[in-house]
Amino acid sequence: MLLVAPAVLLLAGVALYPILATVWLSLHRSILVFHEHRFIGLENWASLLGDARFWASLRTTLYFVAVAVSLELLLGLLFALLLHASFRGRGLLRAAVLVPWAIPTVVAARLWSWLFNADHGLLPALLPGHDVNWLGAPGYALHAAIVVDVWKTTPFVALILLAGLQAIPPELSRAAQLDGAGPLRILGSITLPLLRPAIAVAAVFRGLDAMRVFDAVYALTGGGPANTTETLSIYAYKTLMRSGDFGYGSTIAVATFLCVAVLAGLYLKLVMPNAGGQEA
Amino acid sequence: MKRLPLFLALTAAFTFCVGPFLWQVMTSLRPEGEQTRLGFPEHLTLQAYRQLFDEHAFARVLATSFAVATLTTLLCLVVGSLAAFALARLPVPARGALLAAALGASMFPPIATVGPLFLAVRALGLRDHLAGLVVPYTTFALPLTLWVLTAHFRELPIELYRAAKIDGCTSFGAFRRVLLPLAAPGLVTTALLVFIFSWNEFLYALTFTSAPEHRTVPVAIALFSSGHSEPWAQIAAASVVVTLPLVVLTLLFQRRLVAGLTAGAVKG
Repeated sequence: MLLVAPAVLLLAGVALYPILATVWLSLHRSILVFHEHRFIGLENWASLLGDARFWASLRTTLYFVAVAVSLELLLGLLFALLLHASFRGRGLLRAAVLVPWAIPTVVAARLWSWLFNADHGLLPALLPGHDVNWLGAPGYALHAAIVVDVWKTTPFVALILLAGLQAIPPELSRAAQLDGAGPLRILGSITLPLLRPAIAVAAVFRGLDAMRVFDAVYALTGGGPANTTETLSIYAYKTLMRSGDFGYGSTIAVATFLCVAVLAGLYLKLVMPNAGGQEA
Repeated sequence: MKRLPLFLALTAAFTFCVGPFLWQVMTSLRPEGEQTRLGFPEHLTLQAYRQLFDEHAFARVLATSFAVATLTTLLCLVVGSLAAFALARLPVPARGALLAAALGASMFPPIATVGPLFLAVRALGLRDHLAGLVVPYTTFALPLTLWVLTAHFRELPIELYRAAKIDGCTSFGAFRRVLLPLAAPGLVTTALLVFIFSWNEFLYALTFTSAPEHRTVPVAIALFSSGHSEPWAQIAAASVVVTLPLVVLTLLFQRRLVAGLTAGAVKG
């Protein structure tokens, strides 16, 4: 018991306590610079329901999660299939795939902000429609952020799916091949169904991670232009640290937490119905 | 005939993964004023790197990040291996609940903890202090550490542990002299993952530091600017400097890292 104590203390003191304290703060009017701190019950929560900026950031986050994670799963599957095929130089590609994974998210964001740069970037010069300001135009900036997230995290998805592919006995597809099944048929009828658990795991991890996205978007656009890339975490951060409004900022933060929890619950119900209560 | 599509797919995949970073490397090596040119540079220069270290005191930023990441890794390994050993091999009450709680904690959005942690860090006078980052980092890297190491300790044959105890070792002695050395590969994997996590973390580092000279690498790079225009060459140089060690580490230990990342993910 003594051996577990430091770990339990840290988790309780630095993870659990702040969560509970955030919930408690969300019931207060607490503004740092005014030294104001008083209990106001559910007033912050009532304001939240009527806060258009909150609903906009929720929509932005959900759109980001849906598009980014779908693309990551699709691209990750293609990468995994490619890495699973045998060819010369497979080791080289496997190493290359790890490069975006190893790059700090903030660096990835700055790297892409240079590629997307409206005046001197490589991408506007290469892509049709030269005069699009990717990072400055509402409607485009969020998609630029999605590109950053997809680039940075597809390797993680690919590696999980690759491990899944390697766990499938090769005899299955060989037998199907002998029976005359083409590559697409094998993919659809054997590989994908057997890969379902790995796909589910990748979807859960990426989905929950994307719901709380902060670094990639904040370092790319800071939430702009016109708040069109403001995710839940960014809105909460700005309210907490820029406005110093710890009461309402905590309310948004708890709402973010609840959204992640709801998504986690949905996932567990939908994609992993048998996973409850099992230990690895 | 079958080769061409494969070759095209490979080239596309390779360009997608490495191309953006190579472009950054090239930007960092262009002479001043030529960052806006798109062709291959005619001559290369290390000027941006010199400016980075001379004008922006980047060595200090690197040292801070290195200290934070190293301390976090060490602390995490000590706390984590003790707990993981107990969870894997000793009768611990509520073992399953503890592992589940750890997993739950790793799913927390950091934003939901940053407010009270900021208040605590400020009250304790730990802003701009290594401990203000090391303690939260250790906590949030612990779940991963516990899962990887507990799985690792479980795989080691229990007979070795029992034999050591019969030969007169205490539980802790058997752990330190027999199990820990055998778990070295798991420790290396964990250390790498924790180090990379701490090196890359942004939200806490942004919140818990105020003075520029105490910034960590991600914060310094995110807030990089010199007056009116963005110093693209120096940002590129900084990106290369902080990323190269990680890329080298990753490539050296790629099998271990891949195993650690996908541990438990497949068996479900």
